[in-house]
Amino acid sequence: MSTSQTTADGEAILSIRDLNFYYGAFRGLTNVSLDIAKSRVTAFIGPSGCGKSTLLRTFNRMYDLYPGQRAEGQINFHGNNLLDKKQDVNLVRAKIGMVFQKPTPFPMTIYENIAFGVRLYEKMNKSEMDERVEWALRKAAIWEETKNKLQQSGLSLSGGQQQRLCIARTIAVKPEIVLLDEPTSALDPISTAKIEELINELKDEYTIAIVTHNMQQAARISDFTAFMYLGELIEFGNTDKLFVKPTQKQTEDYITGRFG
Amino acid sequence: MQLYSRRILTNRIGIALSMVAMAFGLAALMWILWTLFYNGFNALSWDFFTQDTPAPGSEGGGLRNAIVGSLMIIGVTTLVSTPIGILAGIYLAEYGTTSKFAAITRFVTDIMLSAPSIVVGLFVYALMVATLGGFSGWAGSVALSLIAIPVVVRTTENMLLLVPPALREAAFAVGAPRWQVSLKVTLRAVKAGVVTGILLAIARVMGETAPLLFTALNNQFYSTDMTQPMGNLPVVIFQFAMSPYDNWVSLAWGGALLIALIVLAINIIARVMFRNKVSA
Repeated sequence: MSTSQTTADGEAILSIRDLNFYYGAFRGLTNVSLDIAKSRVTAFIGPSGCGKSTLLRTFNRMYDLYPGQRAEGQINFHGNNLLDKKQDVNLVRAKIGMVFQKPTPFPMTIYENIAFGVRLYEKMNKSEMDERVEWALRKAAIWEETKNKLQQSGLSLSGGQQQRLCIARTIAVKPEIVLLDEPTSALDPISTAKIEELINELKDEYTIAIVTHNMQQAARISDFTAFMYLGELIEFGNTDKLFVKPTQKQTEDYITGRFG
Repeated sequence: MQLYSRRILTNRIGIALSMVAMAFGLAALMWILWTLFYNGFNALSWDFFTQDTPAPGSEGGGLRNAIVGSLMIIGVTTLVSTPIGILAGIYLAEYGTTSKFAAITRFVTDIMLSAPSIVVGLFVYALMVATLGGFSGWAGSVALSLIAIPVVVRTTENMLLLVPPALREAAFAVGAPRWQVSLKVTLRAVKAGVVTGILLAIARVMGETAPLLFTALNNQFYSTDMTQPMGNLPVVIFQFAMSPYDNWVSLAWGGALLIALIVLAINIIARVMFRNKVSA
């Protein structure tokens, strides 16, 4: 396809090669190849149904939960193909965390929301766990709001706070990559600004891949942007370049609002 | 204008007919409750709860042995059917969404839900009573469990299916294996609904008579030995209500009222809990 660039500058943590994805007989992704750069923010934009969320959900094998969905090709992560049948999916998901469109706190206390994931892969005593919970909540910039009510239900928080709790829960497991699937589309502008600020702070330590409907958001927070259309990667490159001087006609039409 | 007034008339007739139907149904229910209270209320005394079923011809007496027997049989039923029902419900909703085995389980559960309870009684009679040498409280609990389990299975499954897929995905996304996702996240999210299902199952078996006739039978003496025939409210009501002794008949009404009140209480609790069935 007319991909302008598959390899981003810097070290790639995920390299996707010839990825095809099928919902039953329907092909949702066609020959997608690109690299996700380490410690950078990569944004995926494109009209609804273009396959950007589908692509994101192949990175942590989320599609495995649904019979009939399958992916072919390669997603290389530390020399392993994530799509390999022998791959331990739970381990993959602990290394590649995900935050969803709607805040999804678990039906338990704020403390337990964080501790649940940590406990799965690490044995630690109470005080170590307390430290980890505080660390994660601080990282997600929600410690001040929650430190006095750690034993209250995660559902008692506001939508924006719940989303930051979900981010805290994701980074508490210490993943290498954080996938964000339209993390702010259910939030008000103030909460959105807080999450964007957070993404900015997290990108030094984590690799971030974000799907967004909001092009300004992609332009504001990402280093690289991928534009997708009808299951294909149309253009991929430095965010500044892609928004200012897109090489593909379709990209230009989309970012100037002529379709989508 | 004529069209309009005709519509108003049709509307009024419609409302009137449904009101009559409602009054009819409600009246029957009220009548039953009133009869229960009228005949049973006087029987509910201190003796009713502290004395055992009287011998034929003797005065007074109570239903202590039957009340304790019923509580024990239903207690064991609850302990047996709750874990089995919940685990089977989890299997159907979380593991077996597409498997053939799950589809068959679902189908059999539906049949069990509507199976006549006398069939269940006969089955347990053939399985346990006839082979193990006699009527027993355990056999009664087994029969009631067979009736209660399908209720718990289906409510648990239906509740779990109400969990938003996003919550389930989020739990998988931190790397949790399926059993942890099911037990610690999705089941917890629908806790209230599942407890409601258990309460409704208890209410359902509370008044079951036929299965106990074949299994626990009855015992006119106070006994807490589950290996022996055991007194229980439904069978005592059945025997006493048709007896020629006034005090027996009165005790039967009292027992019937007691069951009705317990079932009513359980239903009210279940309704209150059901209001917040999904907490995520």
